[in-house]
Amino acid sequence: MASEAAAIRKPGLDPRAMTWLLALLGLAALVAVLTLATRTGVIGRGNLIYDVLVDPFVLMVQSPDLLVQTLWEGLVSGVLYALIALGFVLIFKASGVFNFAQGIMVVFAALTLVGLHEKGVPAFLALILAIGVMFVLAFAVERIVLKPLVNQPDIILFMATFGLTYFLIGLGELIFGGNPKQMISRELYLPQGSTDLQMFGGLVRLQHIDIAAAVIASLMIAALAVFFSKTRIGRALRAVADSHKAALSVGISLDQIWVIVWFTAGIVALVTGIMWGARSDVSFALQIIALKALPVLILGGFTSIPGAIVGGLIIGVGEKVGEFYWGPLLGGGIETWLAYMIALLFLLYRPQGLFGERIIERV
Amino acid sequence: MRAPDSPVITKGDVLLAVENVSLRFGGVKALSDVSFDIRKGEIRAIIGPNGAGKTSMLNCINGFYHPTDGSITFKGERRPKMRPHVAARGGIARTFQNVALFKGMTTLDNIMAGRSLKMRKGFFWQVLRHGPALREEIEHRRVVEDIIDFLEIQAIRKVPVGKLAYGLQKRVELGRALAMEPELLLLDEPMAGMNLEEKEDMSRFVLDVNQQFGTTIALIEHDMGVVMDLSDRVVVLEYGRKIADAKPDEVKRDERVIAAYLGVPH
Repeated sequence: MASEAAAIRKPGLDPRAMTWLLALLGLAALVAVLTLATRTGVIGRGNLIYDVLVDPFVLMVQSPDLLVQTLWEGLVSGVLYALIALGFVLIFKASGVFNFAQGIMVVFAALTLVGLHEKGVPAFLALILAIGVMFVLAFAVERIVLKPLVNQPDIILFMATFGLTYFLIGLGELIFGGNPKQMISRELYLPQGSTDLQMFGGLVRLQHIDIAAAVIASLMIAALAVFFSKTRIGRALRAVADSHKAALSVGISLDQIWVIVWFTAGIVALVTGIMWGARSDVSFALQIIALKALPVLILGGFTSIPGAIVGGLIIGVGEKVGEFYWGPLLGGGIETWLAYMIALLFLLYRPQGLFGERIIERV
Repeated sequence: MRAPDSPVITKGDVLLAVENVSLRFGGVKALSDVSFDIRKGEIRAIIGPNGAGKTSMLNCINGFYHPTDGSITFKGERRPKMRPHVAARGGIARTFQNVALFKGMTTLDNIMAGRSLKMRKGFFWQVLRHGPALREEIEHRRVVEDIIDFLEIQAIRKVPVGKLAYGLQKRVELGRALAMEPELLLLDEPMAGMNLEEKEDMSRFVLDVNQQFGTTIALIEHDMGVVMDLSDRVVVLEYGRKIADAKPDEVKRDERVIAAYLGVPH
């Protein structure tokens, strides 16, 4: 009897905390064993265990300036991944459509801006015109693509965005040509050059354009967050995402909401295109980076704006750190596929992502 | 916001007229040649056995479906193919048989969503959330709080509605419809799945809405006790046809209605 009572009182830790505790303990034990093995010379350079589990961390501790540089670069590309993912999330939330064309929208927006400038339009006028073009695009997509396909299965709408992708590639090449172009960073007063920071006995180089990208992206994300949670249109957007039927019954016009969502996604695409274009150049190859948004979305969940941001940062930092510290072991170039591996692991263990909406179902 | 030339409709006038409405889905006839009217200020019940076409009728009235034949006249204006959001703009609000709320949003946000139409400050101010848009937001928030008080759901203002019990969800849905300050309120089985106490609460709210705000109500309900107590006039549908249209106590005695509900002895 006494032992039974004790067993009832004892459980204390819930299984979740237990798992975490065990994982931590395991990690600590691993670190201790590895340290001991290295100190005693059991494992050393050339040994696979040493190279994978010890050497990278030794390097991180020995030259923190390199670590900071790597983390910074990871963060910047992470922010840009987050921006692309945000474009996907916006449209997915409001219309349940996975917009394959988001990547090409980034290219198309940037191309319109640069192309107009090349044709002699002043930079800021070109910017305004590019925004206008994104609005026309949003309107046309709603009228020509979404509306006729309303109530069709999601896969049909998804395929329609494939069509949109090829249409935009063709249109962009037709009007502006297929050659890579230089982003008009100087004309848009985007900062150039770089600052070297003395840090941990080394130099950390921060490109000004990267700083600008991080700041602008953060501001944009914050503005969108407020817009979504605190305004009538934001509320209407969330309402449409929750239930089309109920949204219609309170007088929310789906057409209008879709135009707004696609337009917002277009603006996000334009900003992404400017920032990414300023770091490399504006070409159709840019749309490949948009595919990086897929692992970001799998990590963050398709319906969560914070998820897109955190997922973007994790992928960005993860692939830069992975490339720098572990890449050489595999002959380098792991940056191109590491993100997809991370996503694959997530699909196995947490398919709804870090922040994906758990569906609340009352039974 | 109302067009200046729309006629003034006083209590007792016809607010909505359904004339010879038929609705077909392929070979299935959901409604055949149904006509009735709803007068301003009354509570109008639509009853009938399962599959009689009651919900289809409501869907026609608020524009989810377009009648295959016939016409619907609202406030003296005939609209052949009215879209749901246009109907809402014209003053028709509704609730659904299987609650359709914005599950991820709080009670407060759900009811605020019902104010969407009343808030007209432009996209620009909305983006800034400043000046007129902020003032407007506050003003509407006040109305919404009144509705919350009226429905006695203060305690769940900040709870995501997906987590609420069914009876409360129904109440929030009513709140969202009320937030639209509708001229015509369509209630699709407002008491379905409720216990006796919840039904009594809901009946009281329906009566209060009708009497305090003068809102015209059309409701579908299966609980005959409720229908007989609440409604001024009753339409009875069976297999998509109208079989009776009268005051509650007359309907109760109608041979065809009794036959439809209980079957005829052979």
